[in-house]
Amino acid sequence: MDALLFMIFAAVAVVCGVNLVLQTHPISSALSLVGVMAALAALYLLLGGEFIAAAQLVVYAGAIMVLFVFVIMLLNAGTEHKTHKSSWAKIAGVPLLVAFLGMVAWLIQGLVPATESVVFGEFRKGTALEIGRALFTTYLLPFELTSVLILIAILGAIVLARKEIE
Amino acid sequence: MNFFILTIIKAALVAFILLTALAYLQWLERKVLAHIQLRVGPRRVGPHGLLQPLADVVKLITKEDMIPSHVSKVFYMLAPFIAVMFALIPIAVIPFGGDLNIPAFNLGGMTIGPIHSTMELTDLNIGVLFILGISGMGVYGVALAGWASNNKYSLLGGLRSSAQMISYELPMALAIATPLLALNSLSFRTIVNAQAGYMFGFIPRWTIFQGPFPFMFIAFLLFIIAAFAETNRVPFDLPEAENELVAGFHTEYGSMKFAAFFMAEYCNMVTVSCVATLLFLGGWQPPFPAVYGSSLVPALLFIGAGLISFMHAASPARPFDRYTLPVVGLVSLGLGGLFAGAAAFEMFPDMVKGNAFLTGSAAAAGMMMPIVWFCAKALVILFVYIWIRGTLPRFRYDQLMSFAWTFLFPVALINLFLVALWVALT
Repeated sequence: MDALLFMIFAAVAVVCGVNLVLQTHPISSALSLVGVMAALAALYLLLGGEFIAAAQLVVYAGAIMVLFVFVIMLLNAGTEHKTHKSSWAKIAGVPLLVAFLGMVAWLIQGLVPATESVVFGEFRKGTALEIGRALFTTYLLPFELTSVLILIAILGAIVLARKEIE
Repeated sequence: MNFFILTIIKAALVAFILLTALAYLQWLERKVLAHIQLRVGPRRVGPHGLLQPLADVVKLITKEDMIPSHVSKVFYMLAPFIAVMFALIPIAVIPFGGDLNIPAFNLGGMTIGPIHSTMELTDLNIGVLFILGISGMGVYGVALAGWASNNKYSLLGGLRSSAQMISYELPMALAIATPLLALNSLSFRTIVNAQAGYMFGFIPRWTIFQGPFPFMFIAFLLFIIAAFAETNRVPFDLPEAENELVAGFHTEYGSMKFAAFFMAEYCNMVTVSCVATLLFLGGWQPPFPAVYGSSLVPALLFIGAGLISFMHAASPARPFDRYTLPVVGLVSLGLGGLFAGAAAFEMFPDMVKGNAFLTGSAAAAGMMMPIVWFCAKALVILFVYIWIRGTLPRFRYDQLMSFAWTFLFPVALINLFLVALWVALT
């Protein structure tokens, strides 16, 4: 059952990812990205990371992608235009892509240890309690640094927005 | 296999009751609004217009389902589906009552049960976050509808709605986090169980009464205000403000696709009321202890409703009231008797010992008691929704935004901080 669900959501994620690149209209691409995010959330849930799954859904599929769609709608971005100019890309594109994918597959195969495989339901430290405990003990410094970083980003956004008005 | 069958039955039951409730919520809204405005509301179809929702559904289904020629078809068709799907999903994690225990019984020679389950579809460890995540996805339906309609009113409605929902999600999440700090869990069932019992013997231990007085109450008010904005209701119904945007994001929609948006709106209202009930008002816990007779309340309500029906049947306003109202009265009296039996069974357990039928029906009514309290609380919040729709005028758009960012958000943040301080100190 778990393996079946994994296959389904992995397939959804891959199909949405390919669709994201193939679509010419920004809204279609953005919605495909939402599909990828949602499928990833389901995969996290299958692996036992329930809090991460919920955060993925709330933050990425919810807040950030809504902002993307909002901006695309606000700017009323049209379909992208293809240039059809580079003949070099037409000839060498497919062989290079195949070579690149082959190399990546070979590298990943070399990196992954052959003995261990993932067991569904084995990992039980994905609850909100465990995540919170880890964030405030082991990873306290990176956590606080990240929040300062985000604060700086917000301040930067405010400064930029102010300048534009004046 | 038993688990699958049970889940399917529960899902079918919840879906049926929810969809019926949505239809009748709309009837209730029309009726209450009418009475606020000194009208009588729907009255023609059935007694007191009770069959009006059915007539509306038939009307909406049989209407011509036309698609304007200038829309982007795929997204135009997709939008109502997205809206209604993400409105219906959250009900899966909402618990309506306590445990469900049915002893083994015979049905046509087949032994069924014993069944032990809970009165909800599923109990997630992250139920609260799940609802936040799924309801956040509901924006896509509205935003897409506005954009795909290719119409300036629709687009403005969709944009307003996305901006409004992003803005009000923050204070809502902060207001939800406040009771979670005190109750220390993300699962709705655990949250409600933590609110059982009474302080000094009579004040219920609901979240809203816990902690130093104003904080939880402020959190509750913030949640309700943000929830009004999230569900696009008056006074925050800018996305469909009819005097400036025709009908906002669903201007170009008709027939069942319009009905889908309508249903999504009412379903979101139901979800939000349920969440407020669970997080702040103690879920299915009764408002005063059983020793003071809280178990008798549903029985008295049903018996009262039955008696009133009989009274109206005696002096009917219309000819067929003489035949319909006694049926309603009898059903109410029967339910009242069942609940009275359950209350009596609770107080004097020796009375029905030995009689299998009495024991069984009393136990069934006893299991229904939490559901009655849950529905009563959720209905009170839904009534407040309708009440406010009949009372308040609409905000201006800039007022709406500055209200969210310069008032609601800071207040929610400070409130959360103070509650966190209180939790840390105790």
